[in-house]
Amino acid sequence: MSENYYESHKGEWQWQDGDYTVTRTTTWSGPGCHDGCGVLYYTDKDGKLVKVEGDPDNPFNQGTLCMRCLEMPEYVNNPTRLGHPMKRVGERGENKWEEISWDEALDIIEEKVRAIWKDYGPEAIVAHVGTGRNNNDHIPYMTYSAFGSPNFSMGYLAGDSCFCPRSASMASMNGDFFIADMSQQFEKRYDEENTEWRCPEVIVNWGCNAVVSNSDNFFGHWIVDCMQRGAKMITVDPALTWLAARSEVWLRVRPGTDAALAMAMIHVIAEEDLYDHDFVEKWCYGFDELVERCQEWTPEKAAEVCWVEPEKIVAAARLYAQAKPATIQWGLKVDQTTNATATANAINALWSITGNVDVPGGNIIIRNAYQQNLSYGYSYRELTPEVQAKRLGSEFPLMSRAGYSSSAHADSVLKTIETADPYPIRMVWMTSTNPIANMGADAPRLYRALRSVDFVVVNDLFMTPTAVAFADLVLPAAMSPERNSQRCWWVPHRTMVKVTQHEECVGDDELALMVGKRLHPENFPWEDGVEWIDHILQYETDDKLPYKTLEEGKKQVWSYPDFEYRKYEKGLLRFDGGPGFNTPTGRIELYNTNMMLWGYDALPEFKEPSCSPYESPELYEKYPFVLTTGARSYEFFHSEHRQAGTTSREMHPNPMFEMNPAAAENLGLEEGDWCWIENQRGRCRQKLRFNPSLDDRVVRAEHGWWFPETEGAEPNLFGVFDSNINNLTPQCENGDTGFGAPYANQLCKIYKCTEENSKVMPSYHVTMEDGYSKDIDEANGDVKVGKTYER
Amino acid sequence: MSANALMIDYEFCTGCHACEVACKKHLEVGEGQYGIHVLQDGPRELPDGRWEYNFLPMPTSLCDMCAGRIAEGKDAACVHHCPAHCMHYGPAEEMAALAAEKTKSAVFVPVA
Repeated sequence: MSENYYESHKGEWQWQDGDYTVTRTTTWSGPGCHDGCGVLYYTDKDGKLVKVEGDPDNPFNQGTLCMRCLEMPEYVNNPTRLGHPMKRVGERGENKWEEISWDEALDIIEEKVRAIWKDYGPEAIVAHVGTGRNNNDHIPYMTYSAFGSPNFSMGYLAGDSCFCPRSASMASMNGDFFIADMSQQFEKRYDEENTEWRCPEVIVNWGCNAVVSNSDNFFGHWIVDCMQRGAKMITVDPALTWLAARSEVWLRVRPGTDAALAMAMIHVIAEEDLYDHDFVEKWCYGFDELVERCQEWTPEKAAEVCWVEPEKIVAAARLYAQAKPATIQWGLKVDQTTNATATANAINALWSITGNVDVPGGNIIIRNAYQQNLSYGYSYRELTPEVQAKRLGSEFPLMSRAGYSSSAHADSVLKTIETADPYPIRMVWMTSTNPIANMGADAPRLYRALRSVDFVVVNDLFMTPTAVAFADLVLPAAMSPERNSQRCWWVPHRTMVKVTQHEECVGDDELALMVGKRLHPENFPWEDGVEWIDHILQYETDDKLPYKTLEEGKKQVWSYPDFEYRKYEKGLLRFDGGPGFNTPTGRIELYNTNMMLWGYDALPEFKEPSCSPYESPELYEKYPFVLTTGARSYEFFHSEHRQAGTTSREMHPNPMFEMNPAAAENLGLEEGDWCWIENQRGRCRQKLRFNPSLDDRVVRAEHGWWFPETEGAEPNLFGVFDSNINNLTPQCENGDTGFGAPYANQLCKIYKCTEENSKVMPSYHVTMEDGYSKDIDEANGDVKVGKTYER
Repeated sequence: MSANALMIDYEFCTGCHACEVACKKHLEVGEGQYGIHVLQDGPRELPDGRWEYNFLPMPTSLCDMCAGRIAEGKDAACVHHCPAHCMHYGPAEEMAALAAEKTKSAVFVPVA
């Protein structure tokens, strides 16, 4: 056998392998997720990306890769990719375009923006970017520093309900963010001899199928690594995930009731005296109030609410509280309820009262490596207070005035487009986001609203339904291997180096520079994206980062900062350098004084979802299933990877929803049947897959579906509404903090698709017949529930 | 020298398809063809109330044991990319010994 190939190239960032150049770097969306795994790119003599392999030296993914990065060349070299700027020549929705030069595109943008500045003011411009796109730095920067608008937001993600509710809860309660400790902060990873890391005895996977979703810079298979080192599992999920099947306790929670479950676990831990007395006494504030609040949440009561056996709640509470250390890896479903803030506070309380705080194998406090904090807030502070005050969402003081949100509130942006109150929105910019196909709740409502906006720019990888329906200009975006970049999301710091180019595609930084130089050149002094990166490394990052330019950084690829456990004991968290947490009381605030200050409940509370068997029994009679949406698939990242002929579509050709087979048989349905999923807001169709692990009262449906192989022009619009589960979810129904939206706790009925009931498909109904959720209640701007779907 | 074998510790196979896709790219096979194919059992409730939910990556007739990659000093494409680190490649005896330490495992030894 020859010499170990990987050993022989250790420390090299680029080398030759036959006819190929191999480049060691990292990757993040788009395409694919934003975890930032280490890759080896194989490019040929013409610079074409031929193959992607995992970098075995990168501690983050340790050589492994998921299928989406392995198939990346299918997207990078896809013949249906956008390659040139285009302007619309037909009506919106006709999918007729004329190729133009970048200069012409910039002329159009400049003219429109200057006219809006003059007639309406910069706040009339709104910009969005899809999750994790090139670190989310540049489009916010462009919004604030080129357009001069305070209105950057996540594109119509109702209640900003992806990590933002949890991060706000953590920030208000602890002054910092927690993550499950899987040794990801150490370059040596699972090395218990040379790091302080210890394998968790128990891992709770709550509200996300971690191995599939890889959410929030957490590589889900780290949990499997820990299981192989002896960690036991507890899983909270309405369906039996692979992790649930390997769990000591699986809590099959009714969607949207996680707060009740968490409060019952707190109840058991307090009642049975399983809490960490020393930690609670020294470092927590409001323990007695918390316990009192949870007093009524006996396992029996929670069991009734959550549809879980009381013994399992007790078993989970005991197993978790008695393990030292134990950790909780939580996910999206905590956010996707109107009760998101309280749910997150309750789960945060669990790791606090058990003393699993910033200890090896617990939930650790993490900050961005080398103090680099750009992202959604990048250059926001340069706006005047008067302009900042115009940011949409000011009706939610925790988000706006207390500053727990770093963007405009998504639902408020939608409402403002619809009502022109407090001011009209004249221009919407969307980079790598496809809201009517993906996360925009009440997609038909969104369709109508965005259709009314005077000027829309869509910048993306492919021609999407969003681009066809709304765009006046379509700008081609570079994919990951076509970009130079750098980023911090927690740890490590990583660089990304460009290895190929597709047509005239540009990265977010290059695009922001082009636009910025036209509008506010003083804020965009850099020649190109690399100069901007160098500026960030030199001036917006602390001095400990070992490289100061991309040229140096690309060779090192990543850098891990020092990490310390128990930072609260060492005076490493507070601005005054004293011990404790960065909160008003210096403790973890189980009784949350920040929330109290802004007029919210300082303690967790359970609230029934508005559409549920108990809260809306009349609706439940008509729609007898609890509907949860958005479970992840290995094949897709959100609405990406749907292109025909790719490996992802080969393995997952159709949108699938799941029911318990007994429930399905009661309705005369067979596995594989196309069915309508319908509620008072609208309907969509997906294919039935039996899942015997589901409660027979619960249905799970997929999100993000469109069909790029079908007609792009309306009425079909790539079939974007046909299987769109967001025909059934509401906008502008948030928690009182503004955070959270009920994506994952709706009601529905199921019936088989027939020729007779499928004559009018949802895409036709929405685009041609003004269908679904069209009735807005003028009193409060909401959709009139129950008056929206009358076919 | 003994034949090389693939050991699959399928207690930890999450069914993520990474091995399938890595192998498709290595073999350059098209739609519907696999050098290794992930089979699924479950989720299924057992008589005692526990749940069975397993995946087993099954090498097909197209598997070439990554002979070319191994000759270059690389590892097998499926083993390299498995996010669960549940696949191993080496001499059949070593793989059999490793399998004996596992709860659910399979050893694949191709007959030339």
